[in-house]
Order: sequence, then C-alpha cells, then structure tokens
Amino acid sequence: MEEITVSIPDTVKPKLRFLEEVSAATPGVSRLEMCIQCGTCGGSCPSGADMDHTPRALFAMIRAGMRDDVLQSNAPWYCVSCYYCMVRCPQEVHVTDLMYTLKRMAIREGYTDHEAAPDFSQTFIGYVEQYGRSFELGLATRFHLAHSPLRKVGIGTLALDMFARDRLSFVPTRIKGMDGLHAILEKAKAITRDAELTGGTQLL
Amino acid sequence: MKYGYYPGCSLERNAAAYDISTRAVARTLGFELDELDDWNCCGATEYIAINKLAAYSLIGRNLALAQQQFHANGNGHLAADGRAQLIAPCSACFLNLRKADRYLQEDAKLRDTTNEALAAGGLHYDPGTVFVRHLLEMIVNDVGYDEVKRHVTKPLNGLRVASYYGCLLVRPRLGGELSDAEYPTELESLTKTLGAEVVDFPLKTHCCGGHMTQISAEVAYELIRRLLQNATEYRADVIVTICPMCQLNLDAYQTRVNQHFGTNFNLPILYFTQLMGLAFGLEPKTLGFGKEIVSAENALIKIQRSPESAAAPAPSRPRKKKEEGLPMPRMPEDEEVTA
Repeated sequence: MEEITVSIPDTVKPKLRFLEEVSAATPGVSRLEMCIQCGTCGGSCPSGADMDHTPRALFAMIRAGMRDDVLQSNAPWYCVSCYYCMVRCPQEVHVTDLMYTLKRMAIREGYTDHEAAPDFSQTFIGYVEQYGRSFELGLATRFHLAHSPLRKVGIGTLALDMFARDRLSFVPTRIKGMDGLHAILEKAKAITRDAELTGGTQLL
Repeated sequence: MKYGYYPGCSLERNAAAYDISTRAVARTLGFELDELDDWNCCGATEYIAINKLAAYSLIGRNLALAQQQFHANGNGHLAADGRAQLIAPCSACFLNLRKADRYLQEDAKLRDTTNEALAAGGLHYDPGTVFVRHLLEMIVNDVGYDEVKRHVTKPLNGLRVASYYGCLLVRPRLGGELSDAEYPTELESLTKTLGAEVVDFPLKTHCCGGHMTQISAEVAYELIRRLLQNATEYRADVIVTICPMCQLNLDAYQTRVNQHFGTNFNLPILYFTQLMGLAFGLEPKTLGFGKEIVSAENALIKIQRSPESAAAPAPSRPRKKKEEGLPMPRMPEDEEVTA
C-alpha cells in the first residue's frame, strides 16, 4: 500500500510537539490524543463556569500548539479533582491527570508567579518536605498571611473552634526516617532537573 | 483478619474522631489494624501539581515500607492473590496510593525513575505487591453487612442519615472501588444495617470543594452550600462521610457558608465509623463525638444516646411520619427480595 505523506510546514512542526509533550509528561497513559471534542468534560465540571477555557477547549488548543494560551489558562487551577470528567469521557481521556500536568508545566515555565493556587501547593509541600507529614496550622498561617490577610479574622475564629476541639496541632509531627525521605526527594528532584536540561519531557 | 493501616496526616489530629472510631469499630468487629511504621504524607492533591517524580517518590516510600512490613514478612496481611493489604480511611490517601501503584505498573519509565529515587533512601517498591483499599470498601466486602448487623445492639432507629461519598473513593475507576462512579449504594446499605433511616441524597458523589476552601473560598462555599441544601431538603438529621477533607469542608466551613449565603444550615457531619460505633453500643465520647464543629448533640438525643455518658437519657420522642413523604431510595437487595 502506498504511504500517505502530509507535508507540514517547518514553522508548525515544533508547535505540534506540544501535544506529545503534555501527553508524555502525564503518568500512566493519558489518551489525550483520543479527544473527540464532545465537551462532556466541561459539562460535567463543577467549576467549569469559573474557567476561561473548558478542558475540551484546552485540549483543542494543545493540539493547535497554543502553548502560551494553554499555560496561562486558569482552568487547571480551578480543577477540584472530582474526576467526573474522567469517568464520563467516552474516549477515556485522563482529563484530571492532564490538568495536573498543565499545572506542573505552568509553574516550571514561570506562568504562575505570585498566584494563590500554586503558592498553596508549594507551601503545603514545603512542610511535607521538612517533616514528612502535613502541618495544617503552619500551612494556613503562612498561606493566608501572604494571600488573604483580610480574611484572617474569619480564619482565626475557625482556628479557635478547631483548637477548642483539639483538631489543630501547634507543632508538626516529624517522621523518624526524615533523612531517608529527604535523600529520596532530593534524588527525584535531581532526576527531574536533568530531564529538564536534556528535554526528557516524559519525566516532567 | 489482619490489615496494614495507613491513617494519613488528617487522622492524626484534625480527623482524630475518624481514627478513634475506626479503631473502636475494628475491635468490635474483630479485625486487626497494623499501622504502617513511620509512614509519610501522601502529598494530597498538591505535590503532583509541582513535581511528578517527587510526588511518586513520596507515595512510593509508603508503598515500599508497606511491601517491607506487610508483604516480605508474610505476617498475615495478605489477600488471596498474595498482595499485602493496606487500608486507608482517607479518600485522598486511598486514591494517591492506589493510583501510584497502578501507574507505576503501567508506566515503565516512571517505575524505574521512582525506584532510582527510592534507592537513595535504601528502599525499593515492586508495583502490584501492595493492595490499597479504602476502609469502607473493606468493611462492606470483607466483614459484610450480616456480620456488622450481628454486632448492632443499639440500632439508630429514627435517625435520618444522608450518605455522602464525595469523589476520590468512587472516581476515577482504577479497579476495586465501590459499585458505581456516580451512584454507589454501599454506604446506604451499611447505614441501613445500623438501623438508621436512609434518606435520598442525589448529590452524594458531588465535590465538597477540596482545597478550594483555602484558595478560592467562594468557589468552595457554593459547592458546600449545594450539598448542605440537598441534605436539608431531604430532612437529614446528619450527613455521614468517609473522607476527612469532606468532613472538614462541610463541618468547619458550615458557619462561613451560612454567613456567605445568609442561610442557617445546622447539619452535623459525622464519620461512618462513628455511627457504626453508636449502633454497636459504644459510648459517644469513645468515638470522638464532641470534636465536630456543628454539634451532633440533637442527633444523639434523637436516638436516645446522651452526648455525655453520665447525663440522663433524653426523653423519647416518637417521630411522626407524614403520609406524603419524599420518595425513598431502594437498595438493590430489596429489589431482589421482592422480585
């Protein structure tokens, strides 16, 4: 059988790589390439109304290589991880997992400076990297002082209610194997940095 | 029966009521929960947004430790297929652990690099050796409704319960979850076994807002409002949950939601293990009652259980059943019986 060749202009080719990049960086098999643009994802999304682009639109933009617009989108940051889109997608595209991939790419490529959502993730993880467990009081204090000082009265009342019922700890719990965990996470970050330098997108 | 137990960070303090009642219920039902030594945070929904490999390595450390503690020693935690069983009561921990195990099996590159990172801490994980299960799924499938019923000494007669699943136990479908991604019925069947009255709760698998209460509060408040409104419309006395995040959002933020929308919801949010303990005749104070922000006192009085064991029992108030009640859901096993 004769092979069909499509000629793609050289200026377009690198943009088409964006689809492969996003798909490869997603754990497991993303099935992003299988999207048929039906819109079931956006229709099932509890925060779809707050998104500048629904997941369906984002996936079309990824295909079109619109890197800037995709990574500037607020959609991944409004995703609440409810996975309704993922179980309803007729093509079994791993929509929620893809949203996390877009978050990672947006942070890495500097599209998210000083924004609340990425900062929340960073602050949360900062405590986990230091102690091995999450630390709610530290997280809430540090995050809300930086991002919503005006809310702190309300948050303070809530914190008092939680203290009164012994549901907030003043000090974080540190795991015994912190040295080992630290070594593991440093190694993981080093592997990721190497991949960044060599363009090993699958790791990112 | 013996299981590995991964409580997760929430159950240490914020959701201590879940941990206390889980251990109490385990004692009554006679299964052993063997806590994973020196477990670490699962990364919640945050680490994966920042660094994939670090997120998988963080979860991988828990899986590797579980393999070491429960699989290698073969000390009675094994499922029929030889996998070591690890029980997580928190839906987010459950999904993170389960999903990592699944994707590490599917994605060779991710598996190799995760193990490369784990090796820096002297650990190794063979994907597929640990069988991560949620506490509710294990109780329903391993213990079973009949065995639960056998231990019910103080049925929760007249207590109207809305069963709330949230998201991460029922979705995505990676195998081994509950019966349905959008309309499961296990929690209702269990609640009914405890003698409580199951109310319909159409939004039972809708989202509680997750971390949005912190990042974009108004988005979360609306999601919480819908849930409270729905349960209130069906005249629920309590909402019963299976996840510390859902409990926190619906309970601790209920006052804020009321302020934001001018509503006056007053629904206690309890863990399913707390209701099990009550029905097993255990004292409320041994099940973490009193830790909820929206007090469960009225609910306890309704089933003639005093919040304080020393206090006198409240007078019985028989519930008046209206003829034109709202439609009630039917359990699949009822259909079978009548069919």
